[in-house]
Amino acid sequence: MTHSAKEFGAPELRLSVDGRVAMRLAGFLATLRENAFAIGPREGEDAMMLMASGYAEKPTLLRSAFKHLFSARRSDWEKFDGIFDAFWLGKRVKSRSKLMGSSSKSADTPSLKSIQDHNDRRADGAQATDQVPSPDEAGDERSGEGRMEGASRAENIADVDFRKLSDPAQIAEAHAAAARLAKAMRTRLTRRDIVRRRGERLDMRRTIHANIHHGGVPIDLAMRRRKEKPLRLVVLLDASGSMSMYTSVFIRFIHGVLDEFREAEAFLFHTQLAHVSDAMKERDPARALDRLSMMAQGAGGGTRIGLCLQTFNRWHAQRVIHSRTCVMIVSDGYETGDAQLLGREMAALARRCRRIVWLNPMMGWQGYEPVAAGIQAALPHVDLYAPANTLNSLLALEPYLAKL
Amino acid sequence: MKNRDEIAERLAATGYIADSELATAVSLMQALRRPLLLEGEAGVGKTEVAKALAIIHNTELIRLQCYEGLDQSAALYEWNYQRQLLAIQAHQIQSAGKTADGIEDRIFSDKYLLERPLLAAIRRDKPPVLLIDEIDRADDEFEAFLLELLSDFQVSIPELGTIKATSIPHVLLTSNGTRELSDALRRRCLYHYIDYPDVDREARIILARVSETGATLAVQIARMVESIRKEDLRKVPGVAETLDWAAALVGLGVRDLHDDPETVHETLMCLLKTHEDKARFKPEVTAKLLGRVA
Repeated sequence: MTHSAKEFGAPELRLSVDGRVAMRLAGFLATLRENAFAIGPREGEDAMMLMASGYAEKPTLLRSAFKHLFSARRSDWEKFDGIFDAFWLGKRVKSRSKLMGSSSKSADTPSLKSIQDHNDRRADGAQATDQVPSPDEAGDERSGEGRMEGASRAENIADVDFRKLSDPAQIAEAHAAAARLAKAMRTRLTRRDIVRRRGERLDMRRTIHANIHHGGVPIDLAMRRRKEKPLRLVVLLDASGSMSMYTSVFIRFIHGVLDEFREAEAFLFHTQLAHVSDAMKERDPARALDRLSMMAQGAGGGTRIGLCLQTFNRWHAQRVIHSRTCVMIVSDGYETGDAQLLGREMAALARRCRRIVWLNPMMGWQGYEPVAAGIQAALPHVDLYAPANTLNSLLALEPYLAKL
Repeated sequence: MKNRDEIAERLAATGYIADSELATAVSLMQALRRPLLLEGEAGVGKTEVAKALAIIHNTELIRLQCYEGLDQSAALYEWNYQRQLLAIQAHQIQSAGKTADGIEDRIFSDKYLLERPLLAAIRRDKPPVLLIDEIDRADDEFEAFLLELLSDFQVSIPELGTIKATSIPHVLLTSNGTRELSDALRRRCLYHYIDYPDVDREARIILARVSETGATLAVQIARMVESIRKEDLRKVPGVAETLDWAAALVGLGVRDLHDDPETVHETLMCLLKTHEDKARFKPEVTAKLLGRVA
């Protein structure tokens, strides 16, 4: 149940907005949603109330009021004025207010048609669009569940043969190393939790309840249990062409990690992001590899790390990241998209999670320097940047991961 | 909305110099009865807004400082265990040989309840200002709990039942952006981003708080701080640091920054809070910035 303003004696404002203004407002909300503002029905109601109560007559005041009402984060705050001016005052929107992504085509000049289209769409029952991905992104989500109907075929399919890359002895060794690594992490973390548990606190409320019959003398002590929040590992694996020589080994590694670690999630990315935890949880490593090699077939069309991270931050991060999460990115950092976007998304990711580990197989090469624009933009937000091109370098990570 | 300018004036009277957008935010808080989420760098004066708001509403400011591991009992209520123990023992003496039935109901009653900030905020007759400071430091679970409290304005205490709000507090939340807040919480709130003030506003803040500076020095200080903020620093000075610096300069008898570059340089420690930043600011750097402030 939610209390409305009225219930608590907020000045009752009569709604006397005419239909045209209401339509226009609906169009504005649609434009904001296109620009990734999360707006629910309540914001719409409040906006109507404000317009009806005199704000509508003063554009600067209305802009300021709407800015507070519709923004939810700094990025919204910064692009709001431009969108408002474009929509209501017919000014050209500044470039910073454009959203990078798939659905920004009409953000520039919100024409009457786009408003109309939106109203139609809303009428079709797509009202709760604030949480629902647009059709393009919904496609990503579907692929995230391991169903890739047609999606990879549309990509530039490269001849990535995972079986050729993984000779049985190597696979066995990599898998064993990954399993050892995961097991070591698990053991150490369990030990840490046991040490933490020694600091148990007395639960006074339950102790008092339990000892009333002893005249209040605390004989039976009740302890307060600590809530346990195990460390979670989220792996983002670059499956692009430039990484093809390493992907299979890393898939094995991740499979090992997911095998041992209950709290782990895995994603593959190249030009799109795919959620592969389910495929990874396949008991039989060979079958897991098969399912994944299907998913990795977008390789060859370049790597849009920034865009994939944006998808991750927007649609997955809230669910898969909590405060004890380490995000592990395995990539060479060759960004074919916008390196600035990558920097921004890395900053957003860094705010959410405890640590970011970036593993770069190329780092193991002699004379390699991280000069690619992508890796340059990402590095300031990375807690550990390490090579990972051999089994030994993977094993060298263990002490660091165990300290998380 | 009619009172936006009035709000700005009343905030100014408390020593808080708000821009017109913040004044709008405060008037909207009242019109829509929504909490206001303030984001911005440390030291831009987020917490001060709550203090000023309490003064203009002539009401109590109740502050909940968030931290990792903050739980409901620290934020909402706790029982007064010492008094409960005494009560149990007193009961035993008075009714020797009788059963202990009934004592449990008595000791888990309002009399033994200790209010923590959130419960206190909803049980006041006059709506207080509730400041939930640095919500980004609290855990996700606490954020979720808060969401429920802020939408229903009631809490459930197992031994007592449901306690409904007697008045709805003016709620301000602040965040430094160390952790991403949930969309649910953000959507519940009005949003305002506070940036570092521009020279004009910062000078007015200095004059409001350290009136001895006088207009010329206040503007010089504000300009100097603005150019220091543009340097590549680890810790950018906030408004509180500016005020400390202004007070220090006034205390040392400086009336014009150009008269005494040495004192200016020596007092920069009021603004620079890390070893590296201090090391960067050699006297030549200070002199160069002073030159620009002219």
